[in-house]
Amino acid sequence: MANEVCLRTLGLDRPWDIDQYRSIGGYEMLKKIFSEGITPEQIIEEVKTSSLRGRGGAGFPTGLKWSFISRNAPGQKFVVCNSDEGEPGTFKDRDILRYNPHQLVEGMIIAGFAIGATRGYNYIRGEFIEPAQRFQDAIDQAREAGFLGENIFGSGFDFDLNVHLGGGAYVCGEETALLESIEGKKGQPRYKPPFPAHFGLYGCPTIINNTESLASIPMIMEKGGQWFKDLGVENSGGTKLFSISGNINNPGVFEISMGTPFFELLEMAGGMKDGRPIKAVIPGGSSSPVIPGEQMMDLTMDYDSIQGAGSMLGSGAVIVMDDTNCMVKVLERMSYFYYEESCGQCTPCREGTGWLYRVVSRIENGQGRPEDLALLDDVTEKIAGRTICALGDAAAMPVQGMLKHFRDEFEYHIEHKRCKVGS
Amino acid sequence: MGFKNAPMSTVKPVENKESLFSAEVRAEIDKAIAQYPEEWKQSAAMPALTIVQDDNCGYLTEELMDKVAAYLDMPPIAVYEVATFYSMYELKPVGKHKVCVCTNVSCMINGSDRIVDHMENKLGIKLGETTEDGKYTLKEVECLGACGGAPMFQIGNKYYENLTPELVDSILDGLE
Ligand SMILES: Cc1cc2nc3c(=O)[nH]c(=O)nc-3n(C[C@H](O)[C@H](O)[C@H](O)COP(=O)(O)O)c2cc1C
Ligand code: FES
Repeated sequence: MANEVCLRTLGLDRPWDIDQYRSIGGYEMLKKIFSEGITPEQIIEEVKTSSLRGRGGAGFPTGLKWSFISRNAPGQKFVVCNSDEGEPGTFKDRDILRYNPHQLVEGMIIAGFAIGATRGYNYIRGEFIEPAQRFQDAIDQAREAGFLGENIFGSGFDFDLNVHLGGGAYVCGEETALLESIEGKKGQPRYKPPFPAHFGLYGCPTIINNTESLASIPMIMEKGGQWFKDLGVENSGGTKLFSISGNINNPGVFEISMGTPFFELLEMAGGMKDGRPIKAVIPGGSSSPVIPGEQMMDLTMDYDSIQGAGSMLGSGAVIVMDDTNCMVKVLERMSYFYYEESCGQCTPCREGTGWLYRVVSRIENGQGRPEDLALLDDVTEKIAGRTICALGDAAAMPVQGMLKHFRDEFEYHIEHKRCKVGS
Repeated sequence: MGFKNAPMSTVKPVENKESLFSAEVRAEIDKAIAQYPEEWKQSAAMPALTIVQDDNCGYLTEELMDKVAAYLDMPPIAVYEVATFYSMYELKPVGKHKVCVCTNVSCMINGSDRIVDHMENKLGIKLGETTEDGKYTLKEVECLGACGGAPMFQIGNKYYENLTPELVDSILDGLE
């Protein structure tokens, strides 16, 4: 099943326009919530039934997250959408912003109603200037049509929404760094607990969800949690947007059922470029450990299957590599990224990412030492699990994955001072 | 709860804020301020820096950061922290066209090295440098979330995807 949820507007010629969104039933669910008196508790139950798990990478159950908020506690509460889309390989939220911004607006309003928040922010990465404008236009249209603002449809419920643009920092995709960033600070993650549900934006109870998670809400409410759940497989309900890129003929974003075999996704993406053999796949964004190509061909695209192979579904960013790629070079580039993006707050991450990069880099450049692989093993172990946020783990996991599956390539580099690929 | 969260505000707000920026710039910053709770003017630091940077040929100076701080009742250090943390703020002059080229994995395996080499040769500068006539700056950036169109770069608001050396020529030559 393709394009059933977040990308269901793709067939329209101006899908970002409110009239077109409404022509396929958009905002009807929101109206129905008010006209039929659907309660916040019922909404949260429906989201729980759907088994929707956070699409930002961690896969935390969305309904459960929402239930952590004490809805009736006094004071302001916030809904925050994470459109930072910084995980290398990921480019799906951009398509939601460009081609279905109203469904995200509607999802955020419903989320606000469910947790008793009257304000929302969408944190969009700063480079997405045009997609952010699309989303801003959608907000303006929705406000004009009375879906945002005070006393929406005489319900007594107020909700308004704003955009906050990022400034080019990967760590700001981490939810508490993101909140710091909205508060006008450098984006350094906070200690947890307290979790955002208790102490979030401006110190108020906050839910923060990925763009795709929130954009799925209107369809879950319209067609029912069970419908959504049944689109997928056990433990991985619904459909998912996969951003697939690399050495393939037709890269792009595909919204397909959870549990779809990887080879089918690869076929949709046009197969391998020049018919070359598939060497390796990074299945869930650059932080997820690599999986050898042949093994990947037997896997399905859902949380359990990818986890069973020692990796993570993450953000659903699939990077496909053919046999012309040197894994040492690929890892060098990834390690540089984490080194560059570490916020510098925790010593193991700040120092460790530099070590990883320098050691992988010297192996790539023919200056590797026999003890280097043991050194890399050691450094990754000393980063993982010892930092405030998961950026440290995100830096360690790709190294561990590469050394597990392609150790021989690294050894070859160290011994022969050159690349195995193409020699 | 034992946690506190308050904006970093100056002891004494400056007077005469009208003199800090032009009317247009102030109007834009005020619009940004209005998006946040009243006591959290500080939230407008990022948008204000972007507005001021765009108004100053694409880069920030210490003087401009101090003005942003004054305008938002923030200590200057709090604004410097923001301006130096995020990669989209420029603290040195940049060319009229800042070419932000992605070299992350998906772009790399689709030939971003070739695109970078081509531009370096064409413009006679390295990544991180600006041409002598001040027209182009080449900047290496991390994944811009457009890996389906790898290799790619961004100039101004626009993404240019599926780049080839020929396409790069026509894009760069077409800029005023
Ligand atoms: C370093 C780092 C970067 C992250 N980047 C993103 C991101 O770009 N987009 C996103 O939605 N989540 C990102 N996350 C995950 C968020 O912290 C958070 O789990 C997510 O926004 C929650 O929403 P969800 O439950 O709907 O997935 C990142 C996490 C870490 C540790
Ligand atoms: S790797 Fe270049 S845009 Fe993602």
